[in-house]
Amino acid sequence: MSKFKKKATVKQDIPTSSMPDVVFMLLFFFMVTTELRKTNIDVMQRIPEGSQLRKLQRKSLVTDLYIGEPKKTEQFGKEPKIQAEDTFIEVSGIILWVTRQKDLLPENERDQMTVALKVDSDAKRGIIADVETELRKANARKVLYTVKQKKIEE
Amino acid sequence: MARSTPEIPNASMADIAFLLLTFFLVTTTIANDKGLSIQLPAPLDPNQPKVEFQQKNLFTIQVNSSDALLVEGEPMEDVSGLKEQIKKFILNNGSDPLSSDNPEKAIVTYKTDRGTSHKRFVQILDIIQNAYYDIWADQAGVTNAAYREAASDTSDPTNKEIYDKGRKGIPMAISIAEPTKVGG
Repeated sequence: MSKFKKKATVKQDIPTSSMPDVVFMLLFFFMVTTELRKTNIDVMQRIPEGSQLRKLQRKSLVTDLYIGEPKKTEQFGKEPKIQAEDTFIEVSGIILWVTRQKDLLPENERDQMTVALKVDSDAKRGIIADVETELRKANARKVLYTVKQKKIEE
Repeated sequence: MARSTPEIPNASMADIAFLLLTFFLVTTTIANDKGLSIQLPAPLDPNQPKVEFQQKNLFTIQVNSSDALLVEGEPMEDVSGLKEQIKKFILNNGSDPLSSDNPEKAIVTYKTDRGTSHKRFVQILDIIQNAYYDIWADQAGVTNAAYREAASDTSDPTNKEIYDKGRKGIPMAISIAEPTKVGG
C-alpha cells in the first residue's frame, strides 16, 4: 500500500511564487530605460541610416532640434521647419534658444553642450546649413546628426 | 490549526506588476542618442588672413542639388569604392606626388548644395567618417566597431588609451563647406 501512496504525492504545479520577481525585474528594466517624451514632434522624422555611429557620453548635455516637413501641411505649409521643444522656431531665433538651453546646464559644462540635429531624410541641406551657421555664432559647436544604425554592415 | 497567521494576499501582486509593466512598455521610447558627431568650426573672423592649402592635400567631394556626386572633379555613380579612395588619399604620405603629403596635412573637403537632401549628405559623411575610423582602428589594433565603442566613453583609461593611440598623427580633417546656392 505504501508504495502507491508515494507515487501519488508527486507535485505537479509549476511554482509561481517567483513570478512577481520576474515581472518586477522586467518592470525595472523598462523604468530605467524609459524616457517619457516631453514634446510632441510636429515634423516628419524619417531618420537616415548610417554605419559609423557614435554614442554620446552624457545625455544631460544633449539638446534636440527637430527639422523636417511639418506633419500638418495644410496648416504650416510644406517647407521644412525647425522645432525646439514644443514650438517651431525660426533660424534667427536659434541663438536665443541656445543661450536659454545653456543656462539650464551647470556653468562648467556649458561649452560641452551638444546639439542633436534630428533631421528628416528629405529635408534639404540649405536649412540645415543655416542652422549650423547660427549654432557657430551661438558657440554651440558640438553637433550630432542623429542617424539610425544600418541593419546589415558592410 | 488553532491560530491563523496574519497574511497579506499576494496572489494579485503579479497582476499589479504586469499592469505597471504594460504601462511602461507602451509609453517607452528608448532614446536614440546615436549619430554622426562633428565639431563645427569657430565663426568666421573677417580679419583672419586666408589660409591657402596645396591642391594636392585636398580631397574634394561635391554633391549637387540633384544628389549627384563629384569626387576630385570626376562624377561618381557607385559609392562603394569611395571609402578606399579616401583612405588611400589620407595614407599617401607623399608616395604619389599628386596626393597628400601626410595624414596631418590631408583634408577632406565636403561641399554640398542647398538643395542636397539630408539623406545623401549623411550617406557621404558616413563614408568619409568610416574611412577615418577604419584608419584609426587599424592604428590602434582593434576593429572599427570596438574603436568607436572606446571613443564613445573616454572616461575609462583603457578606452582613452585606445582612442589616443588610433588618432595619433591623423586628425579627422573633414571640412564641410558652406553649401552653394543653386537649389533649395
